[in-house]
Amino acid sequence: METALSLINGFSVALEPSKLLFCLIGVFLGTAVGVLPGIGPALTVALLLPVTFKLDPAGSLIMFAGIYYGGMYGGSTTAILLNAPGESASLATALEGSKMAKAGRGGPALATAAIGSFVAGLIATIGLAFLAPWLVEVAIKFGPWDYFALMIVAFVTVSATFGDSPLRGLTSLFLGITLGLIGIDKLTGQARLTFGVPELLNGVEVTTLAVGLFAVGEALYVASKRHRDPEEIIPIKGSLWMSKQDWKRSWAPWLRGTAYGFPIGALPAGGAEVPTFLSYSTEKKLCKYPEEFGKGAIEGVAGPEAANNASAAGTLVPLLTLGLPTSATAAIMLAGFQQYGLNPGPLLFAEKPDLVWGLIASLFIANVMLVILNLPLIGLWVKLLAVPQPWLYAGILVFATMGTLAVNASPVELGMLFLFGYLGYLMRRYDYPVAPMVVGLILGPMAEAQLRRALQISLGDPMILLENPGSATLLGLAFIALVAPFVMKGLNKFKASED
Amino acid sequence: MTNEKLARGADKPALIVGVLLLALAGIVYYDASQQTITSNYGLGPTAMPMVACFGLVLLGLAHLFVAFREGLPKPEHADPVALMWIVAGLIGLIACIATGAGFVIAITILFACTARGFGRRALAVDAVIGFVLGLVIFLVFAKLLTLLLPVGPLERLFL
Repeated sequence: METALSLINGFSVALEPSKLLFCLIGVFLGTAVGVLPGIGPALTVALLLPVTFKLDPAGSLIMFAGIYYGGMYGGSTTAILLNAPGESASLATALEGSKMAKAGRGGPALATAAIGSFVAGLIATIGLAFLAPWLVEVAIKFGPWDYFALMIVAFVTVSATFGDSPLRGLTSLFLGITLGLIGIDKLTGQARLTFGVPELLNGVEVTTLAVGLFAVGEALYVASKRHRDPEEIIPIKGSLWMSKQDWKRSWAPWLRGTAYGFPIGALPAGGAEVPTFLSYSTEKKLCKYPEEFGKGAIEGVAGPEAANNASAAGTLVPLLTLGLPTSATAAIMLAGFQQYGLNPGPLLFAEKPDLVWGLIASLFIANVMLVILNLPLIGLWVKLLAVPQPWLYAGILVFATMGTLAVNASPVELGMLFLFGYLGYLMRRYDYPVAPMVVGLILGPMAEAQLRRALQISLGDPMILLENPGSATLLGLAFIALVAPFVMKGLNKFKASED
Repeated sequence: MTNEKLARGADKPALIVGVLLLALAGIVYYDASQQTITSNYGLGPTAMPMVACFGLVLLGLAHLFVAFREGLPKPEHADPVALMWIVAGLIGLIACIATGAGFVIAITILFACTARGFGRRALAVDAVIGFVLGLVIFLVFAKLLTLLLPVGPLERLFL
């Protein structure tokens, strides 16, 4: 009941004209970047962070959430029509979706992706609204040791589940943690790893790292392998609408996909990849027409797309209630909160209920806007794919540097942006995931602060971490998650069998 | 290919990453050992650097180990000319900001060089597009967002 009241309150915030406008801009931008190959929601939010820091916090955060949801919708268009998934979460969609498009059933494939995303987004956002207050109740009782243990769990799952190799994931994470050390230690005033450069005393800006890794790194990487054949757009033939048969075959996969996506997204288990592939293989097993799989089965689009969107909503649960980002976009959104001096967590629900519930309510609105925008405007989105690549990436770099210049127009800052960009290029080249590095930079200093607080309370006794049942369990989970991939490499084998 | 030859002995990229990680660990350790402020109770400011240092050493050693096993994934051939154009654009941008030439010229260089790196052959046209884009962004920031981007002689004409 309390949730319903809060939600109604939230809607009264989210339905203000200015908030609706932010939401619309968000979903529009989000869909556009989702459609464009090579740039995802994480990068878009990172690019917008510096531009929005003088705007209204609630509006900006609503816009960021719209971008997140929109990016998930738009990604399916590229996956289906180009067979070029914009992000790893769309890989499963591309498998069947592009086959459907080649068989002249691109319309129904896009429709089931959009409606499935709508259904999943709606259910998952309801889940978020009801799960969040409950989790907040639990989180209030958390001590610094529990938070520290939670962050260790996030560290491990983020670096072990992004990408294929836990070694490369952990390397990326530790580079991020090391970057997080740079600057003045908040408790003692000791300067660390600054080497006498005054610009480094305030630490490395999250946006500089994110924009460097995502935007500059991606541009360099795409340019370096430009000589490969350009992708071909498969034109949509026939009706855009789904037949009765399509509906019949889609609704159950939508629901099953949601059932995978939301919990896995909500757990600090990292990313949307796992639920989409789980959903794909489930649908393949349950489908009445297994012979169609591999040739364009609609279930193979409906399930993974729903899972993909549900997990996006799921990752907002730990982000809002615990301040714990479990995906790259969530990590950048956390930086977005921090830029307004807001710290997501139980306190935020108590201090700024309008903002939190307005944000949650706006997710419902974003979902409705997206399904309305997506189906009739599909022709427009397809045209976006025709923007010449040189201008697209030149534009991305202009926006990337513009953000950095607006905040801190120093050659040192630009030099760092450039170095991070080159590092991002090398990491992509050798298949190191970049997201753990951003998470490490954001969470590293937070984990350090919680650990030191915990040990101050325990008068320096580290056993406090193992004596508390909460933190002990979480640390145990983190240990299992860290060791498990080395022991069985289960997920990699599973992925290989899907390809 | 020399790469295949090396792969039989040791994977060169993995070796380099391993050595770099160990070097980074050394820098973190050195910096932590030079710190003068300590905490009287609880953990001091050197604890976390030591944790990072320990992790980096482990990862560095793991890379050295991997170098003699499967190594890192073999990357595709990279186009050095494309990379050089973009890097040149970024260096041009930094130089413009450092010398006070202003935002619009910096963006013009960046846009034209990047487009060239992606294979466009119309450097002059792209420079004009970049110039207009830079000017529009500068004016939007200055008038609408009240954020002042780097000002050079050219930008002063519009303020």
